Amino acid sequence: MPDPSGLSIHEAASLLGGGKISSEELTRSVFSRIKKHEPKIHAYLALTEAGALAQARESDQRRASGKTRGPLDGIPLGIKDNMCTLGTETTCASKILKGWIPPYDATVVRKLREAGAVFTGKLNLDEFAMGSSTENSAFGVTHNPWDLSRVPGGSSGGSAAAVSADLCLGALGSDTGGSIRQPAALCGVVGLKPTYGRVSRYGLVAFASSLDQIGPLAKDVEDAAIILEAIEGFDEKDSTSVKQPGNPVRPALGRGVKGMKFGVAKEWLAEGLDPEVRASFDTARQTLEKLGASFVEVSMPRQEFGLPVYYLIAPAEASSNLARYDGVRYGLRETGANIIEMYKKTRNAGFGPEVKRRIILGTFVLSAGYYDAYYLSALKARTILRKDYETALAQCDFLLSPATPTPAFKIGEKSGDPLQMYLSDIYTVSVNLAGLPGMVLPGGFSKGGLPIGIQLIGPAFREDVLFQAASALEKELGLAGKKPPLEGAGA
Amino acid sequence: MPDFETVIGLEVHVELATASKLFCGCPTKFGAPPNTHVCPVCLGLPGVLPVLNRQALEWSVMTGIALGCAISPRFKFDRKHYYYPDLPKNFQISQYDIPFALNGHLDLPSGRKVGITRVHLEEDAGKLIHEGAAGQIGGGTAALVDYNRTGIPLMEIVSEPDIRQPAEAAEYLKEIQKIVRYLRVSDGNMDEGSLRCDANISLRVMGETKLGAKVEIKNMNSFRGVERALEHEVIRQRELLLAGKVPAMETRLFDEESGETRSMRGKEQAHDYRYFPEPDLTPFTMSPERLEEIRKRIPELPAERLKKFQDAPFSLSEYDAQVLTADQKVGDYFEKVVANKASPKLASNWITTEFLALLKDSTLDALVAKVSPEEMAKMIILIENGTISGKIAKTVFPEMVKTGKTAEAIVKEQGLTQIADEGSLRTEVEKIVAANPKSIADYKAGKQQALGFLIGQVMKATQGKANPGIANKLVKEILEKL
Repeated sequence: MPDPSGLSIHEAASLLGGGKISSEELTRSVFSRIKKHEPKIHAYLALTEAGALAQARESDQRRASGKTRGPLDGIPLGIKDNMCTLGTETTCASKILKGWIPPYDATVVRKLREAGAVFTGKLNLDEFAMGSSTENSAFGVTHNPWDLSRVPGGSSGGSAAAVSADLCLGALGSDTGGSIRQPAALCGVVGLKPTYGRVSRYGLVAFASSLDQIGPLAKDVEDAAIILEAIEGFDEKDSTSVKQPGNPVRPALGRGVKGMKFGVAKEWLAEGLDPEVRASFDTARQTLEKLGASFVEVSMPRQEFGLPVYYLIAPAEASSNLARYDGVRYGLRETGANIIEMYKKTRNAGFGPEVKRRIILGTFVLSAGYYDAYYLSALKARTILRKDYETALAQCDFLLSPATPTPAFKIGEKSGDPLQMYLSDIYTVSVNLAGLPGMVLPGGFSKGGLPIGIQLIGPAFREDVLFQAASALEKELGLAGKKPPLEGAGA
Repeated sequence: MPDFETVIGLEVHVELATASKLFCGCPTKFGAPPNTHVCPVCLGLPGVLPVLNRQALEWSVMTGIALGCAISPRFKFDRKHYYYPDLPKNFQISQYDIPFALNGHLDLPSGRKVGITRVHLEEDAGKLIHEGAAGQIGGGTAALVDYNRTGIPLMEIVSEPDIRQPAEAAEYLKEIQKIVRYLRVSDGNMDEGSLRCDANISLRVMGETKLGAKVEIKNMNSFRGVERALEHEVIRQRELLLAGKVPAMETRLFDEESGETRSMRGKEQAHDYRYFPEPDLTPFTMSPERLEEIRKRIPELPAERLKKFQDAPFSLSEYDAQVLTADQKVGDYFEKVVANKASPKLASNWITTEFLALLKDSTLDALVAKVSPEEMAKMIILIENGTISGKIAKTVFPEMVKTGKTAEAIVKEQGLTQIADEGSLRTEVEKIVAANPKSIADYKAGKQQALGFLIGQVMKATQGKANPGIANKLVKEILEKL
C-alpha cells in the first residue's frame, strides 16, 4: 500500500471502514510524513502527536465496537491556529498570545471532536489572519510545497501547505478577504469560504467579525464537502449563524453541470491578469462548456471598490477586536510604570508591523470626525457591491473567476509593499463583503509548475450547487491528487 | 446681582435583576467571591461572541413604555471603546444611535415634568480593588480586578435637562427607583450599586434659554449624596459666575467625606469612544404584536396608584397615598386589606403608622407572614363594629405580630371586648363621679378638662374596654343631673 498520508479523506474513510487500515496507522503515517517534510515547510506552529495518537486509538476502539461516527472518525486534520482548542496553545501566530491555552473549544473544533477527528496540531498563519503570505507570522514563514522559495499564500498558508504536502488529510482555515481561497489556489488544493452565517464563528479569534468565516481546505472537492457537513450549522453561541443554512452538499456531488449557466464579469479579466492565470481560466471555461454549461457575460461595475472598502471595514473591526490584548488578563505583559505605559509596551512588543498598521488604520477610520467619511461610506459602498453581486447572480447560477492575479510569489517579494500584497486578494475580498460562498479549486499549472486556482462564486447558502459544479469541473480537469515534488527538495 | 437658574439632567444606570448576564449565562447575584461568576464570554477571551439575554431586552422595553417613550421597531447594539482594566474587551457593548426607547417623560410628585431622552441597554464593567494606600489609585501598590459584575445588564435612563433643583434630582431618582421596583426589573438598591447616577449640571442667568457649559458629576452613591453633590456644585458654579468666570466643561468626582466635588478630567481629555455597530449582534426588530404583549405585562405604576388611592372609594389624603405607594408591596397589602372589607381610611391609618413602624426591626415579608391582609382586615372590622376600641387594638396588634394569632383569638383570650352596654357601664361611671367631688366642682365651674379626666378614670377602671363614646355620654349625663 502507498503511504497512507497521501490519501484523501474519503479514500481513507473507506479503507478505515473496510478494516484495511487503522486510524493509528494512518495517524502514524501522517506524523512520519511531518517529521520528514515539516522542517522545510513549517506549516505547523504546534504538533499534538500524543493527543492525536490517543484520539486515533479511541477511534479504532469505536470502530471495533461498531460505534463509529461517520466519515471523519479517525481522520487526521489540522486546525488553523486562530481557532480555540481546549488545552492546546492558541497563538494566532502572535507574540501577544504566546503561551495562551484556551479553556474552551471553538464550536467547529468541538464538532470535529464529536465527529471523531484526530487533531495533528495547530497550523501557521499570518498574525491574527492579517496577510496573504504567512510572512506576517511571528513564528516564521511557511514555505509553498510546490516551490519552497515561494509563499503558500495566506493567511491560512499553514493549512494550505499542510494539506498540499500531505502533512494532514484536511484542515480548517478562516477567510476574511480570501484567506482560505488564495492559499488554496497557491498550494493547489480545494478551499471553501462558506456563506457568512453557515458555520459558527464561536471560538474563532476574531479579525473582522462581519467578514470572518471558517471553512475547509482539502485535497479534493468531496473532502471539502465532508468537512463542511461536519462543521456547519446554527450555533446558539453565535448570533450571526443562521438557523437554516441550506441544503446538504454531499448529495450534490457528481450531478454534472449540464444546463447550468455561468457568469463571467468582464471587469475581472481586464489588464493586469497574469497570462498563465488567464489561460487556465479559459481552459476551465471551455471544459465547463464541453460539459454542457453555458456562459453569459455580466458586469460588476463597482468591483474596483472591493479592496478599498475591505481595507476600511476590516481594519475598523480589527482595531476593536484586538483592543482586548492589553496584558491585563492573559498573554504577553510587559512592565510599565503605570497601566497606560504597560498597555503601550505590551502592545508594541506583542503585535507585528502589519497588525499595528491595521489597528492604526482602523482606529483612525472610526475616530470622531472621520467616521462618516470613511467607515460609514465604506458600509454604503459595501451595500452597493452586494447589489452588484445580486444583479449578476440574477443572470446566472454562478460566477467563474480567477482565484488570484498570479501564481505563488517569492518569499520577500511583496512583504515590503503592503499595497502590492493587498492586490493579491483582489478576486476574493468582495465575496466576503457580499457574504457569499466562494470556492477555489485547482485549475492548472504555470510553466514553472506552480498551481493556479479557479474560483466559483454562488448565491448565499447555495453551497450545494457550488459543490455540484466544482465536482464536475474537478473530474474533467483531472488535477486532484497531483502532488508537489517534495522528495529530494531542500529547504 | 443676577439671578441664576440651575439646569440639571441625570443619567441613571439601573442594573437589571435578570438571572443571567446580558450576553452570557453567568449568574448576576451580588456578593459572590471575586471572579466566580465569570466565563470565557464575559471575560472577553479571544474568540467569544455575545448572545443577547431576551429578558433584559424585554425589561428595558417595558421600562421605556412605563416612562412614556416611543419604542424603536428596529434597534442595534454598538461598541463603545475605552481602555480600562475592568473592561475585559476594552470596549463596552452599548447602544449608540438607535436605543430601544426615546422621548418619554416622568411627572414628579412635586409637579415637575422631566423629559426622558432615551433608555438603552449596555453591559456593566467589573470592579477594581486597590491594594496599598486606601482608596486612591495613585497611592496604591496594586490593583486587582473582580469581573463578577462584568456583563450584568445595565439599563441607562437619560433625562432631558429639565430638573431645576438638587432636591428635584433626588426626587426624580426616587421615582425612577420606584418605577423599576414596581416593574420588578431591578432591586434598585443604591448601596449595592444596582441604581447609580451621573448628573450634568450648569447654571444660567434667569431668562436665558441657551444652556451653559455642563459639568458632569460622578460618584454619587445615595439619594442624599446626589442632593449634596449638586448643592455644592450650584454654590461653586454660582461663585465662579459671580466672579465673572465661566465654569469649565469637565467631569468632576463627588467626595462623600468632604461633600465637595473635584475635577477628574477636562474636556480636552474627553474620550473619543469610536462607536460603531456591534458586528457580532445583528440588528433586532420589535413587532407591534410583541410590543403589545410586553405592554400588557406592565403592572399598575406608582403614579396611577397614587391617583387611585386619592379617588373614591379609597379617598385617602395625598400624604397617605404617597406613603402607601412608596413600596409596591405595601400598596398591595393595603389593597388586600381593603378588599377584605376594612374601611380604607382605618386601613391606611393602621398600615401607615403601627404596621410600617415595625419595619425598623423587621422586614415587610416577615410582617405579612405574621399578619396577613385578611387578619389585618378582621382586626380593623373589630374596631369598626365596636368590639374593641382603637386603643385596645394598639395592644392587640403587637400581640398579633408577636404570636401570629388572630385578633379575635387575642380579644377572646384576654377578655378585651369593649363594654358598649350602657347599663353595665352606668354603675361604674356613677361610682367614679361620686369619688371625685373636686372634678364635679370644676365641671360646674365650667372647666371642661374635668370631663376628660373623669372619662380617663372610667377607661382606667375598665382597662380601656369602655366604649369611649358611651363613657363620654354617661359621664356628661350624670354630671348634668347632679
